[in-house]
Amino acid sequence: MHLILFIVFAGLCLAGALNLLLQKHPINSALSLVVVMTSLAVLYLLLGAEFLAAAQIIVYAGAIMVLFTFVIMLLNAGREERTLGSKAAVALGFPAVAAILAVIATVILKAQDLGSVSLSDGITSTEELSRVLFHELLLPFEVTSVLILIAILGAVSLARKGHGDQEAGK
Amino acid sequence: MIPLSWYLLLSATLFCLGIVGFLVRRNLITIFMSIELMLNGVNLSFVTFAHQWHLVKGQIFVFFVMVVAAAEAAVGLAIIIAIFRARATLAVDRIDLMKL
Amino acid sequence: MNGPLLFLPLIPLLPFAGFLLNGLFGSRLPKALVTLIALLAPLGSLAIVAHDAYLFWSGAITFPVIEQGAPTWISVGTLHVDFGFVLDQLSLTMLLIITGVGFLIHIYSAGYMAHEKGYWRYFAYLNLFLFFMIVLVLAGNALLMFVGWEGVGLASYLLIGFWFQKTSAADAGKKAFVVNRIGDFGFLIGMFLLLANFGTLTFSEIATKIGENPGWTGGVLTCIAICLFVGAAGKSAQIPLYVWLPDAMEGPTPVSALIHAATMVTAGVYMIARSHAIFDRSPVALSVVAIIGAATALFAATMGLVQTDIKRVLAYSTISQLGYMFLGCGVMAYSAGVFHLMTHAFFKALLFLAAGSVIHGIGGEQDLRKMGGLRKKLPVTFWTMTAGVFAIAGAPFLSAFYSKDAILYAAFQQGTFGRVLWAVGLFTALLTSFYMFRLWYLAFFGKQRAPELHPHESPWSMLGPLVILALLSIGGGWIGIEKFSEWLAPAVGTHAVEAAGGIPEWAFSVIAVSMGLIGWLVAHVLYFAKPDQPAKLAGSFSVPYKVLVNKYWVDEIYNALIVKPLLMISRFLLEWVVEFAIIGGVVWLLAGIALLTGAILQKWQSGNLRSYAAWLAAGAAALLLFAGAVLLAANGVDIKWAGWK
Repeated sequence: MHLILFIVFAGLCLAGALNLLLQKHPINSALSLVVVMTSLAVLYLLLGAEFLAAAQIIVYAGAIMVLFTFVIMLLNAGREERTLGSKAAVALGFPAVAAILAVIATVILKAQDLGSVSLSDGITSTEELSRVLFHELLLPFEVTSVLILIAILGAVSLARKGHGDQEAGK
Repeated sequence: MIPLSWYLLLSATLFCLGIVGFLVRRNLITIFMSIELMLNGVNLSFVTFAHQWHLVKGQIFVFFVMVVAAAEAAVGLAIIIAIFRARATLAVDRIDLMKL
Repeated sequence: MNGPLLFLPLIPLLPFAGFLLNGLFGSRLPKALVTLIALLAPLGSLAIVAHDAYLFWSGAITFPVIEQGAPTWISVGTLHVDFGFVLDQLSLTMLLIITGVGFLIHIYSAGYMAHEKGYWRYFAYLNLFLFFMIVLVLAGNALLMFVGWEGVGLASYLLIGFWFQKTSAADAGKKAFVVNRIGDFGFLIGMFLLLANFGTLTFSEIATKIGENPGWTGGVLTCIAICLFVGAAGKSAQIPLYVWLPDAMEGPTPVSALIHAATMVTAGVYMIARSHAIFDRSPVALSVVAIIGAATALFAATMGLVQTDIKRVLAYSTISQLGYMFLGCGVMAYSAGVFHLMTHAFFKALLFLAAGSVIHGIGGEQDLRKMGGLRKKLPVTFWTMTAGVFAIAGAPFLSAFYSKDAILYAAFQQGTFGRVLWAVGLFTALLTSFYMFRLWYLAFFGKQRAPELHPHESPWSMLGPLVILALLSIGGGWIGIEKFSEWLAPAVGTHAVEAAGGIPEWAFSVIAVSMGLIGWLVAHVLYFAKPDQPAKLAGSFSVPYKVLVNKYWVDEIYNALIVKPLLMISRFLLEWVVEFAIIGGVVWLLAGIALLTGAILQKWQSGNLRSYAAWLAAGAAALLLFAGAVLLAANGVDIKWAGWK
C-alpha cells in the first residue's frame, strides 16, 4: 500500500517536473507545477507531516501558484520566443547539473543505516509542532511576520502603475 | 517499507530538474517557477529527515521555507511586472541592461 | 716608530676641520670668526711643516719618512691599500709651497673677498682645497693620491663656479671638471696597469720592484707612463686638455692664483716626479712628455700674445710655463722641473694677486684696453708686479732665471732632439717676455684710457702678501739648481748633466737673457713708444692675428667634434631609448596587461541571466565535488551516517 502510493505520487512529481521543463506555454508549466505541489503534499502525509501537507496545499498550491497564474494572465505571456540563447548555459550548465546529481546520488546511495519509512511510524501532531513553534521559536516566527510585511510593501511599491513611468520619465 | 534513500533521491532529482529548468527556459516566469521547484525538492528532504530522526524542528524549518518562498514569490513577481513594463518583453535574453 | 712626533696626519686635517667649521656654521658666524678659522688652518699646517723641516735639517729624522702601521683602507685578495703618508724631500718641498703660498693667498683673500656674500663659503672651499692638495702630496700610494687628485678637481669646480649665478662661471666650472675627468680616466688606466703588473700601488714598492730589474724597459712601462701622463695633462692643462684653464679665470682672482697657478695645476708635474722610476725606464714616454711640454709652451705663448683680458694673459702664461716643467721632466731633469715649479709658484701667484689688486683697484674692470697709466695711482701693486714680470721674463739673478735656464740646459743635453726642444723653449722665452711686458705697459703706462674708473690702492691685507711674494720671486732661485738637485736627489734620482760639448754653461744663460731683452724691446716699441703700431700690425697680418685671437678655434673644434655629437647621442638615448622605449614601454605593457585582462573578464559580464546561472551551477558543482571527494576520502567507500543524537 505504502509502496504503491509512493510510486504513484513520486511518479506524478517527476512527470509534473518534466512537463514544467518541456511545455512551451507558461500557463501549462504553471499547471504542471500545481500537480507537483499536490503530489508533494501527499508525500508529506506519507511521511507523517500532516500540518505541512495542509500548508503545502493552502500556501503553495493555493496562494503562490494562483499568484503565478494571475501574473501570467496579467502580462499576457505567450508562447516562448526564439532568442539568442546562451552557449555557456548549455555547455557549462548541463555538466554542472550532472555533476551535482552524481555527487548527491553517490552520497545517498553509499550511505548506510539510513533506515526506512513505514506508515506505522506515527504522525507528528499539529499540537506538537505548534508547541515548538510558539515556545522555542517564537522570535523567528515574529520575524517572519515582519518579513512578510516587508514583502508586501516591496511588492506593492514595485508593481505600482507609477513605478514604470518614473523610470521612463527620468 | 520504503527505504529513505528513495525519498532523498526523489528530492535530489526534483532539485536538479529545477536547475535544468532555470538554465533551459527562456521565459522569466517559467524560470521563477523552476526556482519554486528547487525549493520544494529541498523541502521534501527536510521532511524526510525530520521524520527519520523524530525532529519537529525539521518540519518547522519547512514551514519557514514556505513563508519565505511566499514572500519571495510576491516580490519577485512584482519585479517581473516592473521589468515587463520597462522592457515589454519577458524573454530573459533580451533583458541584459546589466552587461558591461 | 721611534723618534720625535711629526704630526703628519694633522697637516691635512687642520684645513679639513676649517672646512667643516666654516662650511657647516660659517653662514651664522661673524665674519671675523670665519676669517680666523680659515686663516688658522693653513697657518697651523704651515707651522707643522716648518717644524718637520726643522727636525730634518737638524738631523733628528731622516727622509724618507714612511708611516708604518697606517690604517688599512682596502684589503681585498692581493690588493692592499692603506692611508700611508710619505714625507721626503719632494713632498716637503711641495708642502712648503702649498702651505706657505696658500697661507699668503688666504690672507690676501680676506681683503679681496671682504664684500662678498658668500664669504664663509669661499673660505670653506679654499680650506677644502688645501686638505685635498696636502693629501695628494703626502700620499704614499697612487690610490690615495687619486683621492687628493679628484678632490682638488672638486674644489676647483666649486671655486671656479663660486659666482654660480653667472652662467659663464657655472659653465666654466663644469668644463674644468669634465676635462679633468677625461685626464683622470688615463690616470685610472695607469693605476689598473700598475696593479696588474706590480700587484701594488705604493710608490716605494713600485720603485723597489723596478730597481730589482735593471733590464726592464719600454713595453708595459711605456703604457703605464703614457696613461699617467694623460692624467697629468688633464690636471696640468697640457695639449690637448688645456682648454679648461682659460675659462677657469671666471673664478675669483685669489682662486686663480692658488689653484690655477701655484698648486693644483702643478699636481701633474709632481705626480710625474713621484713616479719617475717608471718614466726613467721608458724613453718613448719621456719623449712624449717632452714634446707635448714644449709644444704646449709654444702654443700657449702664441695665444697669450693677443689676449685683452689681464687674467687670460696670465692663464695662457701658466699653461706655457707648465709646458716648461713637463719639458724638464721629459728630459729626465726632474729637479729642474720641480725647481721651476717652485719659482713659478712664487712669481705666478704674485702676478695673479697683483692683477687682482689692479682689478680690485679699478672696480672690477679686467680689460687691458681700458687700463693704462695706473702706476702712479697703485704704487705698491705696480712695484710688486714689476718684480713678477721681470722674474718671469728671466731677468738675471731673479728666480725664474735659474729655473728656466736649468731646464733649457738639460734639454740641450739630449742630442739633436734635445736641441730642437731647446730652440723651441728659447723662442717661447722670447714670446713670454714679450707678452708679459705688453701687459706691463698696457696696464701701468701711458694715458689712462678709461678716465671714468677711479683707481685706488688695495688694503694692506692684500698688499702684504704681494710684498712677501715679490721678495720670494726675487730671491727664490738663489739656492741654485745644483744645490736643489742635491736636495731632491734622494726623491727623484740623480741624472748627471754633462757639459754640452765644450759650450760653457754661462753662454746658455746669456742667450736666454738676450731673448728676454729682445722681447722687452719689441714690447717697448709697440706699446710704449708707438702705441698705434699694434693696430696697424694687426691690420697687415690680419690672418695670423685672427687665428691667434680666436685661439686657433680649438674650443670650437672640440665643440663640433666631441661635445655636439655626445649631446646628440645622449639626448637620443635619453629621449628615445630610455624615455620612450624602456619606461614608456614598461608602462604601456602594464597598462596593456590590465586592459587585456579587463577585456577578457568583461566577456563574463554579459548581462545574460542564464549564463550567470550556469556559472553558479558550475561553482556549486565544484564545491560539491570537493566536499564529496573529502567525504569519500575520509570515510572510504562506505559512508556512515552519524545520525542526530
